[in-house]
Amino acid sequence: MFSKMLIANRGEIAVRIIRACKDLGINTVAVYSEADQNSLHVRLADERRCIGPAISSKSYLNVMSILDAAKATKAEAIHPGYGYLAENGEFAQACAREGFVFIGPTPENLALAGDKINAKNIVENAGVPVIPSSRGGIGKLEEALRFSQEIGYPVMIKASGGGGGRGIRICANEEILRGEFSVAKMEARAAFGNDEVYIEKCITEPRHIEFQVLADRRGNIIHLGERECTIQRRYQKLIEESPSPRLTPPLRQTMGEMAIAAARAVKYFNAGTVEFLMDQDGRFYFMEINARIQVEHPVTELVTGVDLIKEQIRLSSGESLGYCYEDLKPRGWALECRINAEDPDKNFLPSPGIIKEYQPPGGFGVRVDTHLYQGYELPMYYDSLICKLISYDLTREGAIKIMKRALEEFTIKPIKTTIPLYLKVMDDPFFGQGIFSTHFIEKFLPEDKEERED
Amino acid sequence: MSNQSSATKRVEVRAPMSGIFYRKPAPDQPPYVEVGDMVGKKQVLALLETMKVFQKIKSPVSGKILEVVQENEVPVKDDDVLFVIDAQS
Repeated sequence: MFSKMLIANRGEIAVRIIRACKDLGINTVAVYSEADQNSLHVRLADERRCIGPAISSKSYLNVMSILDAAKATKAEAIHPGYGYLAENGEFAQACAREGFVFIGPTPENLALAGDKINAKNIVENAGVPVIPSSRGGIGKLEEALRFSQEIGYPVMIKASGGGGGRGIRICANEEILRGEFSVAKMEARAAFGNDEVYIEKCITEPRHIEFQVLADRRGNIIHLGERECTIQRRYQKLIEESPSPRLTPPLRQTMGEMAIAAARAVKYFNAGTVEFLMDQDGRFYFMEINARIQVEHPVTELVTGVDLIKEQIRLSSGESLGYCYEDLKPRGWALECRINAEDPDKNFLPSPGIIKEYQPPGGFGVRVDTHLYQGYELPMYYDSLICKLISYDLTREGAIKIMKRALEEFTIKPIKTTIPLYLKVMDDPFFGQGIFSTHFIEKFLPEDKEERED
Repeated sequence: MSNQSSATKRVEVRAPMSGIFYRKPAPDQPPYVEVGDMVGKKQVLALLETMKVFQKIKSPVSGKILEVVQENEVPVKDDDVLFVIDAQS
């Protein structure tokens, strides 16, 4: 096991990783920008190093500065958290070159995760269903019409240079595709500097269901069940849960096997997430492998009893898995609300500032992963995620009740947060029955439509 | 200003919240506006990035840019003056 770990991140995930290291008896080094001197991760770590100015590109994304901090503190390993350098293959390689263990997948895994078309081909060859798509670019309308006829409408025209939900046009039928195709190409050129577009089958009213996987260096791969991440706004997840109210035991078993097959096909190592899109009829399609620990990992931890950060570290130190999903006897239900410093009544405008009053909830079945404390000044430079509130109970209904109680108890003033929105969702009868798609949140947000006309 | 026939007045455009002020839509592109430019009401003058979210700073009036108060890519505070516009009615 390692004696010292540098955490190349900030916010709640840096705090989360430091705590796991403490449990493992590993000394910790926090790195921080000039805007984060008073951040909780800096206070909790055994050692700390300033790595540059407030702007992330000069601090949390500054590979040289982070490696220098690791050398100066004689750290043995570097945990990248999520975001920032977590999926940067060159950073993982640089760590290896300088003699630091990168806590995460191999540089090859990271390179492939970034090359979505190639990853889909490899996974499809392993027998995992993928969304029918042209993969390569489609240059001519006739070609687009022929392919769409083959896979069936509705289809999406997607910009090859796009991502994160940008550069997508949905075509319900041939007539619309005829009208949209050339416009989509022009738009792609303007937005991404590249007019290449491809066609993909559009899954209407989908659910987003992902499987947590763990893999050791010997090629043992297991899954730890699914996470339901369907409640999203503009492709950003808001509420996650495990298990999924949609999955039946046979479906879970099939998807779990497919998740392992996908991870095996790409020779995956360490913790990862295999994402699927599911249609209303329960047909599921592989989307991508996220090669990192994910924001929503705690819901899996609560139902399986496995500390995923400790597992990441243990696997990177060369240990074997030594158990499988069935051994864990998963139990109960976990929900997570991502609390953001945003105003849900004002189109989710961010809300930085000093936290003058902070009173977190507690009690049975409540977990709070956060870097907040009373008096903390929330910097304007970074992500608006300020807290992950997680509830757990033996049943889904129980977990919802606990979440509601915890949300009501939570005081974070005077900044605006998304807590009021989540309170409405917990009371929603469709949410209560687990009936929703990725469009669910829209009914709570009439103002989102106005923004689009802007 | 007094020699113009139409009525004019100085209008300050302020930051709606703290954030990083961007005069350009992208690093390799020219600024949205320069001093002396005529702008229309609701025309985009700059971007403000707060907690990784970008919002457009739009002109509240039609008129001429008299002053660009802040440098490109600097942090600004809530209510800081960003532009001064000679409003024309």
